[in-house]
Amino acid sequence: MINSSLKQLSTALAAKQVSSVELTQAYLDRIDALNPHINAYITLDPAKSLAQAQAADAKIAAGEAQPLTGIPLAQKDIFCANGWRTTCGSKMLETFIAPYDAHVISQFDAVGAVNLGKTNMDEFAMGSSNETSYFGGVKNPWDTTRVPGGSSGGSAAAVAARLCAAATGTDTGGSIRQPASLCGFTGLKPTYGLVSRFGMIAFASSLDQAGPMAKSAEDCAMMLNVMAGFDSRDSTSVQREKEDYTRGLAAMQADKPLQGLRIGLPKEYFADGLNAEVAKVIETAIAQYQALGAQIVEISLPNNNLSIPVYYVLAPAEASSNLSRYDGVRYGHRAADYTDLLDMYMKSRAEGFGAEVKRRILIGTYVLSAGYYDAYYLKAQQIRRLIAQDFTEAFKHCDVIMGPAAPSTAFKVGEKTNDPVAMYLEDLYTIAVNLAGLPGMSIPAGFVHTTEGKALPVGLQIIGNYFDEARMLNVGHAYQQVTDWHTRMPEGI
Amino acid sequence: MALNLDDIKRIAHLARIQVSEQEAQATLSKLSGIIGLIEQMQAVDTTGIVPMSHSQDVTQRLRDDVVTSDNQRERFQSIAPATQDGLYLVPKVIE
Repeated sequence: MINSSLKQLSTALAAKQVSSVELTQAYLDRIDALNPHINAYITLDPAKSLAQAQAADAKIAAGEAQPLTGIPLAQKDIFCANGWRTTCGSKMLETFIAPYDAHVISQFDAVGAVNLGKTNMDEFAMGSSNETSYFGGVKNPWDTTRVPGGSSGGSAAAVAARLCAAATGTDTGGSIRQPASLCGFTGLKPTYGLVSRFGMIAFASSLDQAGPMAKSAEDCAMMLNVMAGFDSRDSTSVQREKEDYTRGLAAMQADKPLQGLRIGLPKEYFADGLNAEVAKVIETAIAQYQALGAQIVEISLPNNNLSIPVYYVLAPAEASSNLSRYDGVRYGHRAADYTDLLDMYMKSRAEGFGAEVKRRILIGTYVLSAGYYDAYYLKAQQIRRLIAQDFTEAFKHCDVIMGPAAPSTAFKVGEKTNDPVAMYLEDLYTIAVNLAGLPGMSIPAGFVHTTEGKALPVGLQIIGNYFDEARMLNVGHAYQQVTDWHTRMPEGI
Repeated sequence: MALNLDDIKRIAHLARIQVSEQEAQATLSKLSGIIGLIEQMQAVDTTGIVPMSHSQDVTQRLRDDVVTSDNQRERFQSIAPATQDGLYLVPKVIE
């Protein structure tokens, strides 16, 4: 059951082969047994989860089931969920009980999905290894001496270790795709504006986007059907017709289902910085796509290397502004001792934020400070346009872009914690997609074997044009019909 | 642009984050590395390029000027560090 697809689980629930309460309890038991080793969840509330499961069973019995009714899901702890502790991985929000639901949470509630718990993450989503979490790092289920990636590391480990049927994540610079690559599952960052950011704790508002993290492209399509949609409470939510992202998935029977698909390979994604063994896995996956009928086009994203410098101006600048709300007055941590209001602000923030979050607030404050705005913030916004234009040009010659999602496989715990710049380079292939606002996904494409005999997953990134998620999911699904990487589970799980 | 210790302290003050001398030192070396990374941007000629603040050319939506949510003061203040009579409590700011 734990390796079943969402469709299979949905069918089993509809046929009463299993109840949502039984399914939820089975996952809670697995979490009980495995979470102490993996640390994927920050907050569990079995009574709440089981009450939701009971309600879902009633819904199913009444014949009102929808595709995800009764399915146990993990929610990244960045989404406010009414009555649930919502920490965003920070001491600042250690005791914060959200007084309302994020749009994503209410969408899942509306279809009767079960919230299994809130998953661990890098503090305020700032990190690529999940090591900046105040609640301790998450272990990669494929090798527990290694990181799961980040910032959605808890959701990633929960999906990989089958501690949920599927999960949600958010992606500001790669936080869904990089952990999907490092933990061996399918993760999709939608087009900016497709999923409402209402109730999703803000990091860098012009880049943040929520998306599904699940075993397969088909599962992601089912999740996205629930998550996507206009919400007037998010000023950047896009007003467009609802789509059924599963609509093209069944029609994959032909011998060459991707005949005519043009895949762009950016030469910059296969240059220095990419691990040779990862490159081999990606090349094999591309060859598989050619066998499915796709045609390869060489493209160039000449400004890709600038995406990291640009991101580390824009994201911290937006973060320094967004995180100014944590002042110890209305909610969140307040220092115990202080002399006056200023001292209270300064101590509360010094105690409540971790080192990486402070670093980013300081960078953001610096680049926005008087005299530096033009040289940093404005310059970064100008280069952001150049980066977006590279993609516009590339999509004149191809339908999707493919490459690695991360430059290497999962690295060791502690390996990059003392070198922020080395950590930032983890997102070399993902950040430009956020800057351009495009959709991107990572699907399992194979493994690299370590000298210690561990198999470490490698993700293939698929980048689509704006609002082309349905096509990307079809492209992922076609590959998953002829390969079984997405069904593999870590040993001992 | 090289940073010095006074810059770190000034920025930290602007950001309302207390830093000790020792933290300021450690922050200086890490931030200098990051600023070095950011400096790569200066090599690019961006004359005449319109800054991009948002990935889609959308305009701000307008709505009718009506009340859209209920008063939930008690609920929201129940998670505040200190309140009294429906007000948030902070240290005295006016003598």
